[in-house]
Amino acid sequence: MNVETIDQIIDNHQCEAGSLIQILLDIQSENHWLPKEALERVSEKLRVPLSQIQHITTFYKSFSLVPKGRHEVHVCVGTACHVRGAQRVLDTVQDQIGIKPGETDVDLKFSLETVNCLGCCALGPVMVVDGEYHGNIAPARIEETLKNYE
Amino acid sequence: MSEVLLQIDGKEVSAIEGATILEAARSVGIIIPTLCHHEKLEPYGGCRICSVEVDVRGRTSVVASCLFPVEKDLVVRTVSKKLDRIRKSLLEMMLAHAPDSEQLQVLAQEYGADRERFGKEASFCIHCGLCVRYCAEVKKKDALGFIDRGARKEICFIPEIASRECWECKECFPLCPTSALQAAFVLCKALSFPPETGSQEEVNISTLPVREQND
Repeated sequence: MNVETIDQIIDNHQCEAGSLIQILLDIQSENHWLPKEALERVSEKLRVPLSQIQHITTFYKSFSLVPKGRHEVHVCVGTACHVRGAQRVLDTVQDQIGIKPGETDVDLKFSLETVNCLGCCALGPVMVVDGEYHGNIAPARIEETLKNYE
Repeated sequence: MSEVLLQIDGKEVSAIEGATILEAARSVGIIIPTLCHHEKLEPYGGCRICSVEVDVRGRTSVVASCLFPVEKDLVVRTVSKKLDRIRKSLLEMMLAHAPDSEQLQVLAQEYGADRERFGKEASFCIHCGLCVRYCAEVKKKDALGFIDRGARKEICFIPEIASRECWECKECFPLCPTSALQAAFVLCKALSFPPETGSQEEVNISTLPVREQND
């Protein structure tokens, strides 16, 4: 991630220390994760100590300090999805992209996470890819669904 | 600044408006135990050992005396059965994290806390925040901070800043009620300081044993 992009994001928020979390979220959605150089740049520009940024980025689960894939796959393993076969969905996804929950594949294409409830239990079992919901997903349909992402 | 009259342990105490109960009590020699309090730092209210009972508008509540500002006609009790029980439980939980801390053991003896009550889960840090706050507020270096949250929260040095600033300072070391801070520093040093950034003396000490072995 280049310095200009980071500076542009910081300028969009008027370089205010109060917008720190918004800035970090914007960098995260642009780059999928937060590289150390980006955090150092933000710290320098906003005059917020790096230790505080480190505290915030490790506090919230939505921030990642390790590289993430271009597409985020979330498989719901909440109670409703669980009884409707979330485990089989998760197993199939794991087989398809070859990684376990919390991991990222070598091509930085997919990152896999489990979530505990997405609030749309009627659609269960649910798989979400980049914010796009795939409800009532059958393990057999996962391969062709994941093919649509490059 | 106007003076406020309040009662602490039956004693009439006058304090400056805006002062905390802890400050008012200390000014007349009433001792309230503390762990995360430091005169040079902003009140933090992290350890809760300084909890006292206050009666406000006919209600009794337990508050952290290092944060609670004095009020007119406030009635404060710094010793009671309830407070002893609270402090004992707090100490027992902290002892599960740092069983060998001297400061904790002195308090534990006073309040009869059993260091074996909870299974030992030694992280050695009781999250008093003294080191983090001292570095940020007094030294303004921000060489270390907290990471993660909840039960997994811990202190962590920023290697780049630590290798530049900490050699000469180390003023936070004596503040630590356990020895977690020193351990975190040694870990940070071992993981990320290139040897030449240290003072000559430190480099000699760390390379000596290796030479002896080679001989």
